[in-house]
Amino acid sequence: MKNPTKKKKNRYLLTGGILSGFMTALIVCGFFWTPYSTTAMNAREKLQPPSWRHLLGTDNFGRDVFSRVMQGAGTSFLIAVMVVVIGCAAGILIGSLCGYYGGIADLILMRICDTITAFPAILLSLVIISIAGSSESNIVLALGILFIPSFARVVRTQYAGIRDLNYIKAARLEGVRTPRILYAHILPNTLPILIPALTIGFNNAILAEASMSFLGIGIQPPKASLGSMLKDSQNYLASAPWYVLGTGFMMVVLILAFSLLSEGIQQSTT
Amino acid sequence: MKKRIAVLLSLSAALCAPGLVPGTTSVMADETENASSGRTELVVGLSQDLDNSLDPYQITAAGTREVLFNVFEGLVKPDTDGNFVDAVASSHSISEDGLTYTFTLRDGVKFHNGETATCDDVLYSFETCAQTATNTAVVGALSGIQDITASGNDIIITLPEANSSFLSTVSSVSIVPKDYKDQATAPVGTGPFKFDSYSPQDKAVFVRNDDYYGEKAALTKVTCRIYEDANALYTALSAGTLDLAFHLTLDQVNNLSNGYEVIEGEMNLVQALYLNNGKAPFDDERVRQALCYAIDIDGILDLTEDGHGTKLGSSVYPSFTKYFDESLVDAYPYDPQKAMELLEEAGATGLEFTIKVPSNYTPHVDTANVIVEMLSAVGINAHIKKVEWSTWLNDVYQDRDFEATVIGFDAAYLSPDALLQRWVSTDSSNMINYSNKEYDAAIEKAQHTTEDEAQAAAYKEAEKILSDTAANVYIQDLADFVVLNPEFTGYAFYPLYAVDFAKIRPAG
Repeated sequence: MKNPTKKKKNRYLLTGGILSGFMTALIVCGFFWTPYSTTAMNAREKLQPPSWRHLLGTDNFGRDVFSRVMQGAGTSFLIAVMVVVIGCAAGILIGSLCGYYGGIADLILMRICDTITAFPAILLSLVIISIAGSSESNIVLALGILFIPSFARVVRTQYAGIRDLNYIKAARLEGVRTPRILYAHILPNTLPILIPALTIGFNNAILAEASMSFLGIGIQPPKASLGSMLKDSQNYLASAPWYVLGTGFMMVVLILAFSLLSEGIQQSTT
Repeated sequence: MKKRIAVLLSLSAALCAPGLVPGTTSVMADETENASSGRTELVVGLSQDLDNSLDPYQITAAGTREVLFNVFEGLVKPDTDGNFVDAVASSHSISEDGLTYTFTLRDGVKFHNGETATCDDVLYSFETCAQTATNTAVVGALSGIQDITASGNDIIITLPEANSSFLSTVSSVSIVPKDYKDQATAPVGTGPFKFDSYSPQDKAVFVRNDDYYGEKAALTKVTCRIYEDANALYTALSAGTLDLAFHLTLDQVNNLSNGYEVIEGEMNLVQALYLNNGKAPFDDERVRQALCYAIDIDGILDLTEDGHGTKLGSSVYPSFTKYFDESLVDAYPYDPQKAMELLEEAGATGLEFTIKVPSNYTPHVDTANVIVEMLSAVGINAHIKKVEWSTWLNDVYQDRDFEATVIGFDAAYLSPDALLQRWVSTDSSNMINYSNKEYDAAIEKAQHTTEDEAQAAAYKEAEKILSDTAANVYIQDLADFVVLNPEFTGYAFYPLYAVDFAKIRPAG
């Protein structure tokens, strides 16, 4: 509306915004309140199909799947946020310095990043977790470190392109201090690229945490995580399809929401 | 349309076949005769691949042992009640003092390669088994043999001291032909079934041994198809392409709708919450007892298996009918109040500990989940740590670096000794660091008694000590579900890992 030249509404931004707003609300709510206890078991309520009492049915211990999905999505969400924060902060620091100064340090650091990306992320995190032991902080740390290169690379390219633009040259001539140039002058101009990178990284982090929990080295039971719930529900594919469908659906919606949001942001800024 | 053409083609082929190749007519007739009196070929679904080596002394996986049970036999072999019956030996006797065992070789026992079994083969088998076997319990027992000689048709084994479980060791020594080198790929034994072929990750085929000395099997051919993915096995089973599958879960059995017969037995495992008795807080008997009172075993059975499974009470499972003490099952009734009192008395309120559990065994992980939930009701904060099987073996079983774990122990040979000896304070596999002089004495007494009843009493006394001191929180012997095509009958459970194809026959 504010931009009269744009005729088409940005549908991606709209649906993405609504979906991710809804999911975030659900997840934040799950930190304080769930319809049922996420751990209390009940032999008489085992593997109940979805009903008004149990929106997504119950699992093999009679626990409410919806409550557990709320908690599980929250666990995955928190981990993904922290992973992205670590990866992004370190990525910006490394990428900005490398891109701005260039030289031999840039060459070495970028080759190290290449080396890390050459290995599948899940394999490296498996190695780190098996050495350091599985705990939530270790998962965050392992994934965070693995996410640094992808951010560093994006940021570096931007800095390398912007550093020779006239307004930066002018700032330098005026005697503006380097940190200010780096983070007050250049950083805002990388945002159109950085924000999609953030949401993609966030989605990848959710998937990475889910895969680790699926393999049994991530979140430990009885705490719920989308990955470990998918793993458990696998045994009941035939008898309780709602268990796997409900969990999988939640994960799809969560990732779709933030993908749409990122797509929408990308469209509205170009 | 296509279907009709196919039918026509096969019809004409059937009509033409005897005419075209006259020699096959009799075979055809034979087959149709078999078909009318029921099928004699069985297709079995295995949930895990066989070991790399099929050499009977190199087998490590229980899943391989239970299948090759049909190919190999010892001088004696176990029956479904856990007694030892003569196999390659036609009779055996034990001297009064329990030191001398005499086995008479059965006349005309033929190996699957056509050779006749001799005393030389038996001596060779004992020697090779003692040197190469991977089953350390058997190797240990064989190394205790003072002397083994053959005279005429008799094999005489002398022991330095009486050993009540020695017959089970003898049954573990498969008799193989001397100097036959290909056991790993083409096993040759004396059992009711001959090994025919094996292709890894695909199938293993066994055919009837028509020269078998005893009652010959009713089935002519058994094909074991290998499905390493549980869902694939289940799909094949519900599609009716398999006749027999074992070790299924309750959920799978409940959802099977093709009219197959479901037979329920026991896994022959002692599943328990094993506690490290050598480490605080579980070095305090009161804390261990508190856990026993705080965990509702019936609740676990209801939640994980719809009430199936058998409660234990001590380290012996019920298939050992002679040695199982039923009175111990309810030694610790569910009583959270008493648990909290005991915890307070021991100064262990707000107890916190970690249960390490192998991630690949769903029943154990499920049980651990329920236990954590039950313990939270008495204020105990237990955590689960899922570990890889190899990590479990290393950390928990060998290094004893754990506080608690949920696992099932099976008997490596058919004697309660296989389950109880491990808790003797000096035993190298005493994972829980259990140390109790009375217990050691009871086991010692049981092992050196040859008189049946006195021996059973001694073992029961040992079981009672385990229960009284709450060495572990004993849970259950898991239910084992077998599914059989109703065209067949005769599946029998053994008190150890064995699937006897020779007992299965066409129904009716």
